[in-house]
Amino acid sequence: MGIEKNVLVTTLDWAINWSRKNSLFPVTFGLACCALEMMVASSAEYDIARFGAEVFRPSPRQSDLMIVAGTLTKKMAPVVRRIYEQMPNPKWVIAYGACASSGGIFKSYSVVQGVDQIIPVDVYIPGCPPRPEALLKGIIELQKKIQKESIKDRPLITLPGKSA
Amino acid sequence: MSDNSEFLKILSDKVAGVKIVPTPPGEPSAMVDRESIHEALDHLRYDRDLLFDMLVELFAVDYTGEEPRFEIVYILRSTKNNARIVVKTRTGDEGIETASHLWPAANFLEREIYDMFGLPFANHPDLRRIYNPDDFEGHPLRKEFPLEGKDFDKPFVVDLEKA
Repeated sequence: MGIEKNVLVTTLDWAINWSRKNSLFPVTFGLACCALEMMVASSAEYDIARFGAEVFRPSPRQSDLMIVAGTLTKKMAPVVRRIYEQMPNPKWVIAYGACASSGGIFKSYSVVQGVDQIIPVDVYIPGCPPRPEALLKGIIELQKKIQKESIKDRPLITLPGKSA
Repeated sequence: MSDNSEFLKILSDKVAGVKIVPTPPGEPSAMVDRESIHEALDHLRYDRDLLFDMLVELFAVDYTGEEPRFEIVYILRSTKNNARIVVKTRTGDEGIETASHLWPAANFLEREIYDMFGLPFANHPDLRRIYNPDDFEGHPLRKEFPLEGKDFDKPFVVDLEKA
């Protein structure tokens, strides 16, 4: 048996990104009606587990994906920001639905016009609300994005609250 | 079937300044003077013939341009007499006396009116904003409040030190 059959050559970037993208742990967290569609995505019918993202963690300290599902009001904004900062690096954000992406129909004094005003967003999913398939598509797009990243931009170990 | 308006007649016999106003069927309503509303509510709650023990809803209406400007509406139900009535009063920016000692439900509902209309309720146990952030400026349900509020075109900034 030659050495060529037992050694796999790859880059560290590829291997780390591959493991990161296939075990995205979302934080259990929903703001409005979009959150119900997000819950359906973890049901047997849609089975978010196919993408390794089924473990909705009850604590932000164990999560690396934040799915902001629903209308973000100005009163709720500090809470969302605090949850985001409690998540350890590396971390990613999906803005799920029209309200999270842009404020949606609520062009109003009480609603933040898109969560990208308070936290950095990686993937925007349109729809009011988007179907669970749209969330799966968003996770696939996020996986493609993670695969292209470099570990130089996302350090291996950082403490919660410290920016990457 | 009675339309419950007899309860308003009982009330107007006991309290001055109560006027029965025309309303759709099944919603007997009375307009009460601002000076008598505290006494009238007390009668509605505890009078043997009335006993309206449940506050279904309490809200305000902004009639900009009229004097007094605001209308405060109480929707009451009596589980003893199986009756439902509407009691209204008019007030300006000075607000009225609290009803939270009569119906505990009035506590949060009055806070909502205070938050959205800026009407203070005298002797309220815990009068502060309930829906909007504590540092919010203005009262959104007043007619002069712009829908988009202040600084709508600027990015929203979160201050975690303050929140």
